[in-house]
Amino acid sequence: MTSFPLLSVMTFLPLAGALLLFLFVKEGHYRDGGARLSQGIALAVSLLAFVLSCVMLARFDPSYTGFQMMESVVWLPSFGIAYVKGIDGISVWFVMISTILTPLCILSAMHSVKVRVKEFMIALLVLETMMIGTFTALDFFLFYLFFEGVLIPMFLIIGVWGGAKRTYAAYKFFLYTLLGSVLMLVAILVLVRHFGSTSMVLAMVKDSIPKETALWLWLAFFASFAIKTPMWPFHTWLPYAHVEAPTAGSVLLAGVLLKMGCYGFIRISLQILPEASHFFAPMMIGLSLVAIVYASLVALAQTDVKKLIAYSSVAHMGYVTLGLFSFTRQGFDGAMMVILSHTFVAGALFLCVGVIYDRLHTREISRYGGMATTMPKYATVFMVFTLAAIGLPGTSGFVGEFLTMQGAFEANSWYAFVAAFGMILSAAYMLWLYRRLFFGPLSKDDVRAMPDLTKREMLVFAPLLVLVLWMGIYPASFKNVYEPTLDKVLTVVQNKVHEVRL
Amino acid sequence: MTTFPCDLATVCLAIVFLPLVGAVLAGLLGRMIGDKASQAVTCALVLLSALLSAFAAAWVVEDKIELTQPLLTWIHSGTLLIDWGIQIDTLTVVMFATVTAVSAMVHLYSIGYMAHEQGKSRFMAYLSLFTFFMLMLVCAPNLLQMFFGWEGVGLMSYLLINFWYERPSANDASMKAFLVNRVGDFGFLLGILGCFVVFGSIDFRVIFAQAPEVASSSWIFLGHSFPVTTSLCLLLFMGAMGKSAQLGLHTWLPDAMEGPTPVSALIHAATMVTAGVFMVARMSPLFEYAPGALAFVTIIGALTCVFAAVIGLTQFDIKRVIAYSTMSQLGYMFFAAGVSAYSASIFHLMTHAFFKSLLFLGAGSVIHVLSGEQDMRKMGALWRVAPVTYSLMLVGALALAGIGIDGLFGFAGFYSKDLVLNAALANGTRLGFFAYALGIMVAFMTAFYTWRLLFLTFHGAARESAEVRERMHESSWVMLAPLFPLALGAVVVGAYAYDWFGPERASFWGHAIFVRDAHDSMDAAEHVGVFFKALPMIMAVLGILLAFFFYIAKPSLPGAVSAAFGRWYRLVYRKFYIDELYAILFIKPARFFGEVLWKKGDDQIIDGFGPDGFSALSLRLAKRVSALQTGYIYHYAFAMILGVAAFVSWFFWGGTP
Repeated sequence: MTSFPLLSVMTFLPLAGALLLFLFVKEGHYRDGGARLSQGIALAVSLLAFVLSCVMLARFDPSYTGFQMMESVVWLPSFGIAYVKGIDGISVWFVMISTILTPLCILSAMHSVKVRVKEFMIALLVLETMMIGTFTALDFFLFYLFFEGVLIPMFLIIGVWGGAKRTYAAYKFFLYTLLGSVLMLVAILVLVRHFGSTSMVLAMVKDSIPKETALWLWLAFFASFAIKTPMWPFHTWLPYAHVEAPTAGSVLLAGVLLKMGCYGFIRISLQILPEASHFFAPMMIGLSLVAIVYASLVALAQTDVKKLIAYSSVAHMGYVTLGLFSFTRQGFDGAMMVILSHTFVAGALFLCVGVIYDRLHTREISRYGGMATTMPKYATVFMVFTLAAIGLPGTSGFVGEFLTMQGAFEANSWYAFVAAFGMILSAAYMLWLYRRLFFGPLSKDDVRAMPDLTKREMLVFAPLLVLVLWMGIYPASFKNVYEPTLDKVLTVVQNKVHEVRL
Repeated sequence: MTTFPCDLATVCLAIVFLPLVGAVLAGLLGRMIGDKASQAVTCALVLLSALLSAFAAAWVVEDKIELTQPLLTWIHSGTLLIDWGIQIDTLTVVMFATVTAVSAMVHLYSIGYMAHEQGKSRFMAYLSLFTFFMLMLVCAPNLLQMFFGWEGVGLMSYLLINFWYERPSANDASMKAFLVNRVGDFGFLLGILGCFVVFGSIDFRVIFAQAPEVASSSWIFLGHSFPVTTSLCLLLFMGAMGKSAQLGLHTWLPDAMEGPTPVSALIHAATMVTAGVFMVARMSPLFEYAPGALAFVTIIGALTCVFAAVIGLTQFDIKRVIAYSTMSQLGYMFFAAGVSAYSASIFHLMTHAFFKSLLFLGAGSVIHVLSGEQDMRKMGALWRVAPVTYSLMLVGALALAGIGIDGLFGFAGFYSKDLVLNAALANGTRLGFFAYALGIMVAFMTAFYTWRLLFLTFHGAARESAEVRERMHESSWVMLAPLFPLALGAVVVGAYAYDWFGPERASFWGHAIFVRDAHDSMDAAEHVGVFFKALPMIMAVLGILLAFFFYIAKPSLPGAVSAAFGRWYRLVYRKFYIDELYAILFIKPARFFGEVLWKKGDDQIIDGFGPDGFSALSLRLAKRVSALQTGYIYHYAFAMILGVAAFVSWFFWGGTP
């Protein structure tokens, strides 16, 4: 280790920031309880992490398909556990979405979180460390540690700063995901015993495990990732968690935490257990298609803004798993694009909800209406993200959905046929939502009194708007980074599956 | 002269992107620069685009240029490579010229029409953005860019129908338009996906080059074996049915009249709704090898043609009559395409764009004169008040009815409609005759409902309310002036362009439109008998006479007729109850399932047996195991540690994986 340990610094910088807040910002010394100072420090730290991640992106060599910027330190030698970090073309974007969304969340929370500000900032920073850590870990135990570590700050964010039924939601979230994690831990133990090492890199290149075992292991990992993603029918924690979580919590939940499930499917299910993945592909595709149609129909019936967007997330995640388990080039590409697009679009939509929640403190759709008249900027911003969620060509949403459906069509035209219903239904629930919020007569006085977007709010939305349009018109900027790696992953997976078949 | 086509590409790019520049300026800076500046900048840029289009059209037709210019990679995944690009050929420039000409006039007209409305900048920005999407659609070199324009114009249609967003009726109409179009796009998208699977590309050139080879092969789609070309064309045509409001997916178009009248003229008459016809013409090299799909196009076109005309006979809202007329005329265009007379189809598209936008803008002027009244039962005798509007609408009506004398002179619709009808007749198949017979009937109905509209609006007794009557005055010249170029088009464009679309079509189109020799009936169409040549005109005159009899000579007759055929009349007047049927078949079930899956599926079944049941169970267990702790979190932490301890001990001492 001679070079600068960029990944570790990036991972633990937010944690250091949290520690700084915890130790040195004393509430008693400030008239506002140190709120502004904590916000400032948290924002600065998260922006620094973002800058570091940009350095990482710049130094990343897309043409090299192995792991880069590796850092490796022996940690617990008696157990064969090492501290190994590294990134490849896939994880690089997962790290980026974490570092992009966190400062935006802090920025949005400056106005909306008024109690225990310092603690909230600490929770967000710890969460960022856990997220980056998950995506850069290359050792099973390290991965597990971060993957589970995410639960704690998010549990607190929902449970402390959440809405009225926050306790129920927090426990449901915690228990549901914990249940999956316990099974994953068992699977990791078995894997480690089999390979004699906790290295994920080793597990990816070693010979395959006996089929019987692999199937059980796959199911154990599936439990964890399917809950996290979430796939139907393991999705019921999500609407509650979203509804009760504060805005920043919802944004990171939809934007990054759900993607940890997708990341797990790619990194572990597909790369380490390809044969089992192939064996279970019909089930995965079945569940994905059910999710797309089922969640879209349920979204149609919602009266709560956040629940509606939560269910739309379930439907969109259906496209991700559909693309991945179609085992086609376009399906893989599409899944990555849906992951990236959904991060920004769903994140932005939750931020949008936060804007009116801050003003009126309700999520009931029927309490709003006619806002297009008094809040034209807000209406425009919301419309762009609505269209991206609908998958209008020219926005990020379309590229991913189109490619996953193309991949699905190549696997079996029925898959694309069913998935295409999502295209109609997503338009129905999103436009119906938009209509109820923005159109019609402006009859409620408190709605009329709401001011349009402030400069700070515009600052939060501007980067997301740019990203959504950029990705929709010229997705190559994003795709060129992950393409060689994803290509290799697909080839490896296809070859292994092919061998088994012979 | 190698640099020549490159320059043309630049001109065409300017044509496409100038309206976008206008839209961005008016849309984003509208508040800063003010309404006047927004109107000026959008109108100027679209006018410039129209002038350049005329120039480009002359250039392309003169030099017979066909070129495709990729601009930027859009989507690249494995072997799937899709570019943003521009394809220039005769079909593109004909559409460029038509779209930008009508759009420019509608932009100008809107200055007057929207003078007393809020949100002028927004309106102008929408119109310009629509124009941009429409131009992107027609110059697309591949199916996906076409889909980009296709959905884009749909979006602008949605936003413009809903321009007066405080009206719930406009909200409903706009959502309906978007969703019905999405149903069509469901098929269109599957068609695109299928094209990549079959042809390995969605570039027009690649598809068209391979079309003859795959024509006789079949593929597995949805578990069944289908002929490749026919199934792909049918899927694509499903999109066209939505966009062009053909029978089955037509319900959104009449409701779309909720939008401001300039929108109806530009989007719901002249341009967007013709995108489906354009698509079939553009894809002619594929459709030509899909006989089943062509037959389906013919049938749907002919049925829509008569279906819409019948409803049009009974409506009283002036805009809805014209809307049904548009649907009916689109039917003409489709059955022309269905009998491989794409040239006639595009010809009618072009002439229709002029006279129908003229009629719509004229109707807008009438509505303006009457302070917003749209019900023809409250109009009458307006020709004295609004003589200019009347004369202009009369020109439009003559063109729509297809009045003219062969070899002497005719209004625009005369040439194109006759070409469509004769091509269907000369096709020589039963299907062609079926379409022809319906088309002739509709020629009669068209003349009838058009003159019904004229008589009810401009002649007969004055039925305006006293309040309205006080404020009646002819529209301003800002509104009337843009109608004159359109009227000029409605008079001369048929006679002027007939040779290109008729006898000289082969050299005019080049490779832009492909017709298999065996399918080509357009030469024969020019040599049908004198009787058949005169028949459409005879039917039109009869229609006008009947309308005169009904609405001028014996004004009590219409009421008596509708009373005598009460049940049938209501069936037609209520548009065959298709909206109601769809509500029962699709909308209510969707809501029902949404509700049931949520309340029963998620809350009762999944949660009941899953997490809630589990946590209830574990809570009971936990209570028994440990009555010592009080906080729940300790229970779970304790359970977790126990579990982990169990697993770790199993891992070290016992288990063999």
